[in-house]
Amino acid sequence: MALDRHKAPVIKDAIDFDIKLKPYQHFVLDNQVEVYTYEGGAEPVMLMDMVFFAGNSYEDKNWVAAATNFLLKNGTTKKNAFEINEAFEFYGAHLSRNCYNETATIALHCLTKYFKEVIPVVSELISEANFPEKELQIYQQNLIQRLSLNLKKSDFIANRFIDEYLFGIDHPYGKYAMQEDYKNVTLADLTAFYDTYYKHGKCIIFMAGKFPSDMQELLNKHIGQLPLNKKVIADVTHPIVSAAQKQYSVVNDASSVQGSIRIARHFPNRHHPDFAPTQVLNNIFGGFFGSRLMRNIREDKGYTYGIHSYIQNHVQQCAWMISTDAGKDVCKPTIEEVYKEMKILREELVSEDELKLVKNYVLGGLLGDLDGPFQIIARWKSYILNDLTDAYFYNTIDVVKSIQPEQLKTLAEQYLKPEDFYELVVY
Amino acid sequence: MIQFDKFELDNGLKVIVHQDTSTPMAVVNVLYNVGAKDEDPHKTGFAHLFEHLMFGGSINIPIYDEPLQRAGGENNAYTTNDLTNYYCQIPAENIETAFWLESDRMLSLAFSEKSLEVQRKVVCEEFKEHYINKPYGDAWHKMRTLAYTNHPYRWMTIGASLEHVEQAKMQDVKDFFFKFYRPNNAILVVTGNVTTEQVKQLAEKWFGPIASGDAYERNLPMEPVQQKSRFQDVRADVPLDMLMMTWHMGGRLDENYHATDLMTDVIGGGATSRLYEQLIKVKQIFSSIDCYHFGTIDPGLVVIEGKLVKGITMSVAEKAVLDEIELIKNTMMPTHEVQKVINKTESLICFEDMSIMNRAHSLAYYELLGDADLMNQELEKYQKITPELIQQTAQQIFQDTNRNTLYYYSKS
Repeated sequence: MALDRHKAPVIKDAIDFDIKLKPYQHFVLDNQVEVYTYEGGAEPVMLMDMVFFAGNSYEDKNWVAAATNFLLKNGTTKKNAFEINEAFEFYGAHLSRNCYNETATIALHCLTKYFKEVIPVVSELISEANFPEKELQIYQQNLIQRLSLNLKKSDFIANRFIDEYLFGIDHPYGKYAMQEDYKNVTLADLTAFYDTYYKHGKCIIFMAGKFPSDMQELLNKHIGQLPLNKKVIADVTHPIVSAAQKQYSVVNDASSVQGSIRIARHFPNRHHPDFAPTQVLNNIFGGFFGSRLMRNIREDKGYTYGIHSYIQNHVQQCAWMISTDAGKDVCKPTIEEVYKEMKILREELVSEDELKLVKNYVLGGLLGDLDGPFQIIARWKSYILNDLTDAYFYNTIDVVKSIQPEQLKTLAEQYLKPEDFYELVVY
Repeated sequence: MIQFDKFELDNGLKVIVHQDTSTPMAVVNVLYNVGAKDEDPHKTGFAHLFEHLMFGGSINIPIYDEPLQRAGGENNAYTTNDLTNYYCQIPAENIETAFWLESDRMLSLAFSEKSLEVQRKVVCEEFKEHYINKPYGDAWHKMRTLAYTNHPYRWMTIGASLEHVEQAKMQDVKDFFFKFYRPNNAILVVTGNVTTEQVKQLAEKWFGPIASGDAYERNLPMEPVQQKSRFQDVRADVPLDMLMMTWHMGGRLDENYHATDLMTDVIGGGATSRLYEQLIKVKQIFSSIDCYHFGTIDPGLVVIEGKLVKGITMSVAEKAVLDEIELIKNTMMPTHEVQKVINKTESLICFEDMSIMNRAHSLAYYELLGDADLMNQELEKYQKITPELIQQTAQQIFQDTNRNTLYYYSKS
């Protein structure tokens, strides 16, 4: 029989897949630090991700949280920065830190066989960091230089400004550091922040991969005896102060050949019932390569290398963002097309066919996203830190499977109104 | 150890299968043995532009992405100077969709004028975004033309200039396709929850009927041995001075490749590397500095690039780097320093091999080099490297006549 290449092979619809989030294991260290683990994978590697409630929401002075997070690896009472790095790198281990709004993390990636060699050093960092003056000074100097470079980039400026318009320059989600902020931070600021939010802070641990057989004992010995989780960290709230003006055009570099476009509105967090169904609407709008924005503005008109929309990943309050860099002469038509696509979603029902494609794409992608121990624990981490359970996971799947075009139109009418959006172009 | 099966279809398509039953997914990876180095010097950027056109519809299927997304799959592609690689990840139950799509675009593209017109623009925007509208965006363009006088590595995959991309014609597209995108010039790798039997049957069904093309005889101009140190000054509207140096090194199959790789890691790979510790931390001459290498199949470049601390002159910075290099050449490094970079490499390999996607990329790449099983021999090769070997390699590579230097000055 001749092969009919016009005809697509039969597929199993992803909406018929039975997608499961595999459960974590859980135990508590002697000092009440909670540990969530997922063991699996074929390679002899593991991840230990320590989450501290030490994000920039807790700082009184700009940049203190980020600097503390970065520099706690640059000196302890026993080791200098080089010796600390050597203690990890010699075993091929990698220790990364990241500071976010609510939390800050210290993540260890290592070969399973060397976990016992490096865990004492992690312990040292969260109990005996001593912030040498010279380390702070070098870091300040290099960051000021890096900032001067970044300030030349239109996308960097655009990302800062759009967050500022949405949340206000004093809100953790809207603020950013300038040269003076880097200069103003002192060793005393770092030491005080470290003492409260790391050394005596609140910590949760997430682990994944292949574990050594004595993993729990090692953790208890090296982390379980530290003075963590003793004090209650006071809740902090910051008022959101959004800009009154909605439209902005900024010239950062007169010779620029492209403009960085950001269009954004406020959006509720994951606990709001509209969050899950709007993810589907977002996918149709600009959430993947086959989205309407991408098909229209890149694949039909060639105005840009890429255009995306997404809902920001915040705990308290999110934003729905459209982001692209487009040719300077086509920025205006690009923005017009974005609003046109909003209008179509408000006024016309999404076809069953397009919706089915997006449902399959989203669920197939979810199946891929849960492939591997690190991915599974990352999903759990996000739920636990947002006070969610696996009910949220299964509810989201149900929403994706069952959502109808009418509901998407209602959501578009509510959330895709141009007057609610901040609009910015940085040239 | 990555297990795999290998077979070849009558039309010359090589097929590799790696089974992993722990995942519900599968990856279908098609590597074409063509990269920017195979381009006409007057039509550069073509291999990459072509990669974009591969998504613009094939002879029997108007849109590539849609049916894949409908089957719950995702895809992407990349072009380097050496190769072009297409891959999709899809629930294993729907794997036939990937075979259908990939085989149809190997059979023939639709050659749509509209797609060519739009993708020319998209690539021009990509060019602007990454190489014009970005500080130091032209540095590699300048360095490549300085370091290579003859070999096609002298242009970047995006192309030597916007004009080359803008002038691409449909006839060029067709010629390129039928010259390079033939089964006998490709490697198909399938990883994930599949069996070899199943892949065999699907490969025969979908790829088997595609006619093979003329064998591509690669006959690239060789780069002559550099005889004299080369320098170039650049002044641009950037905030910081940058120093960039390169030295010619061997190709991917050169016997010194693994020693060169470890050497660059010792010199400038991360926070315990020599350049970082000495020049950023102790002497505070650079605010950032790295040493790495191209890793290309043909002879590549070892690179050192760094941004200077404000107030430091270019000549002081250059001397500081050269002093560190002299140290590597003239003093045997301690064994534990080599052990460290071997351990780092072991770790890197293990983490890389975690996903079926990376395993598919690696199997295809090593098969292109000559044998997919080379993938399983890498670690052993690294473990054999000694301080002596690294020192010899450093002495060979770091000769002044072999050096190219770009002084990238801030106008302000």
